[in-house]
Amino acid sequence: MTVLNNPPLDIDRIIDDRRTRIMVCCGSGGVGKTTMAAALGLRAAERGRQVCVLTVDPARRLAQSMGLTSLDNTPRLIDGVSDEAGGSLHAMMLDMKRTFDEIVEAHADPARAAQILANPFYQSLSSSFAGTQEYMAMEKLGQLRRSNEWDLIVVDTPPSRSALDFLDAPERLGRFLDGRLIKVLTGPVRAGRPFGRVLNVGLSVMTGALTKLLGGQVLRDAQTFITAFDTMFGGFRERADATYRLLQAPGTSFLVVATPEPDALREASYFVERLDEERMPLAGLILNRVHAAGSCALSAAHSLAAAETLESISPNGPADSPEAAQYSVTAAALRLHAARMSLGERERRVAGSFISAHPAVPVAEIPALPEDVHDLTGLRRVGESIARQG
Amino acid sequence: MTARDTDWDGVRLHVVTGKGGTGKTTVAAALALALAHSDRKVLLIEAEGRQGIAQLFDRPPLPYEERKIAIGPGEATDGRDPGGDVYALAIDPEGALLDYLQMFYNMRGFGSALTKLGVVDFATTVAPGLSDVLVTGKATEAARRKQPGTAHGFKYDAVVLDAPPTGRIGRFLNVSAEVSGLAKVGPIRSHADTVANVIKSPQTAVHFVCTLEEMPVQETLDGIAELRSIENIQVGGIVINMARPAVLTQEELKAAPDLAAMAEALAAAGLHTTEPLAASLAEELAEHARLVEHADQRRTELEAAGQPIYELPLIPEGIDLAALHRLAADLREQGAA
Repeated sequence: MTVLNNPPLDIDRIIDDRRTRIMVCCGSGGVGKTTMAAALGLRAAERGRQVCVLTVDPARRLAQSMGLTSLDNTPRLIDGVSDEAGGSLHAMMLDMKRTFDEIVEAHADPARAAQILANPFYQSLSSSFAGTQEYMAMEKLGQLRRSNEWDLIVVDTPPSRSALDFLDAPERLGRFLDGRLIKVLTGPVRAGRPFGRVLNVGLSVMTGALTKLLGGQVLRDAQTFITAFDTMFGGFRERADATYRLLQAPGTSFLVVATPEPDALREASYFVERLDEERMPLAGLILNRVHAAGSCALSAAHSLAAAETLESISPNGPADSPEAAQYSVTAAALRLHAARMSLGERERRVAGSFISAHPAVPVAEIPALPEDVHDLTGLRRVGESIARQG
Repeated sequence: MTARDTDWDGVRLHVVTGKGGTGKTTVAAALALALAHSDRKVLLIEAEGRQGIAQLFDRPPLPYEERKIAIGPGEATDGRDPGGDVYALAIDPEGALLDYLQMFYNMRGFGSALTKLGVVDFATTVAPGLSDVLVTGKATEAARRKQPGTAHGFKYDAVVLDAPPTGRIGRFLNVSAEVSGLAKVGPIRSHADTVANVIKSPQTAVHFVCTLEEMPVQETLDGIAELRSIENIQVGGIVINMARPAVLTQEELKAAPDLAAMAEALAAAGLHTTEPLAASLAEELAEHARLVEHADQRRTELEAAGQPIYELPLIPEGIDLAALHRLAADLREQGAA
């Protein structure tokens, strides 16, 4: 039974194609991106690829299931993966602050780097914002790709409020660092730069107002931070652009993950459109946690009616007889079945709006599992489930 | 006011958090409806600009403006008791910044200039602590806003904030700590301190929305532990959302169903091909039993946190206004509002 009539996603063709070098799992929070990324990485490794899974903020038990116990920003070999096909699986968790620190250290002389690392604005930027996490995830992806140690990198995107954030955050950071605000803030510090006299008057009014608003100390810290960062701005802009080009390159495949819920599918829909606009290659949609009907096709309405009938009649004999108990168990089973069928109907209806907008997107449906995945066996099963479509 | 006590009497600001996908916005909306009984006014605030509230109430996208969005339930006791009002507001950092400038400096025009210069990008990109302060600042301002002529002197009886997800809630609420790294003195700092005074008071409670699955339960427990480590933040209730109905007792679920008897019962209900039907229903029953057992383990883990627990059912048909009212009634019955 399938929810959608779209073409089935042929994940093994993508995994087995050696030209596929990067797979990105994206989608809104709570849809199972990390699990999908890990399952795809495992499957690819067991089919002969040298895989690195880059994960951001995984659930503890999922991380443990892959043998990841520390957040040390280094890919670790995962034990227990079959190497019969000649593949291997590494996985790492992103430490965004350390990644950022490393960029600073690589781009500034030691004295300047120390000055930047100690600045409160840098500390806030590097440790607390989701936008930084997205930027650093992309940065790390670029590093892993350039290292050429793996022939397939599977990445799951950070749990942003919007699935699009990870595409926009690098650009936003770049825009900010290039922005006019920077010029305003650094204006007084960079005395002697060829600003016009009129502009300088405007700037001092502006910094005066900013001082009133933020307080002098905040402004001084911001200026110090920005001045110290100044030499690196061009580098950041170039890196953001390079990441974008990497995501548009032919070896990259995007997989949008969603659950059959209106919010998740709306995000998925935005995402599919956005990828198209950016000419980034979409491999397909993974529709996770679908409540498939069992072998029983009895409709919700019929099932409810039968339950009501059973509840209104009583079998011959006393009310506490085994027959009466069997009637009530059967009625309960019918009610459960009715709820399950209406849930399935609703999921089909919700998914239908996605279909009508994107009839050509290949889809893989993953049934809802009663338990979370927390070992390689579970991940392997999810991988099989993604591959077993159509 | 009705005479009955709720678990959160005295709380004016209800902060609702939860892992993505657990129905945080739905529960926040249901809680706002539940609080809006007996002519009370409740403001429902969306902090993350996703317009989920507008979609829930089937309205066009909400502007940065408090507007009435629904009518709360009336108490049926004497038939004369009117329902209250739910107002809604979608906060975005830019609107909150302009609002802040207007409120404290009377300089909205200057604010637009700052927006053009990228100050808003600055706030959201480099100093998220600042933008969180603006959002929590708006929520606490609404919760404390005075209005003469009302029984208690406040404009709203309660404010419900649909807050960021569990993973970010500690940082989001611990505003003064976040800002103090950046601003040791100055107007932003004193604003943050004012906001913190409201958040770290008995007037504010932080509720967690959770489903009975491993990851959401773990995140909820981690989130509660994190908030408890911040002085004076009041952890509120745990709302178990999308719970499966307990249609049978554990014993009934554990007992292997008698297929022949089930087929007989199905025939009595007027159904055909009863034997295969009984077999597949029994299979579904067994699967349900596994789910229930699993959910019971998760519930026990949540109970260990020692907070009040409320349970809302899974609504298979999806959430519409009628469903929100049903969830609101459930919350009221269980004493959450």
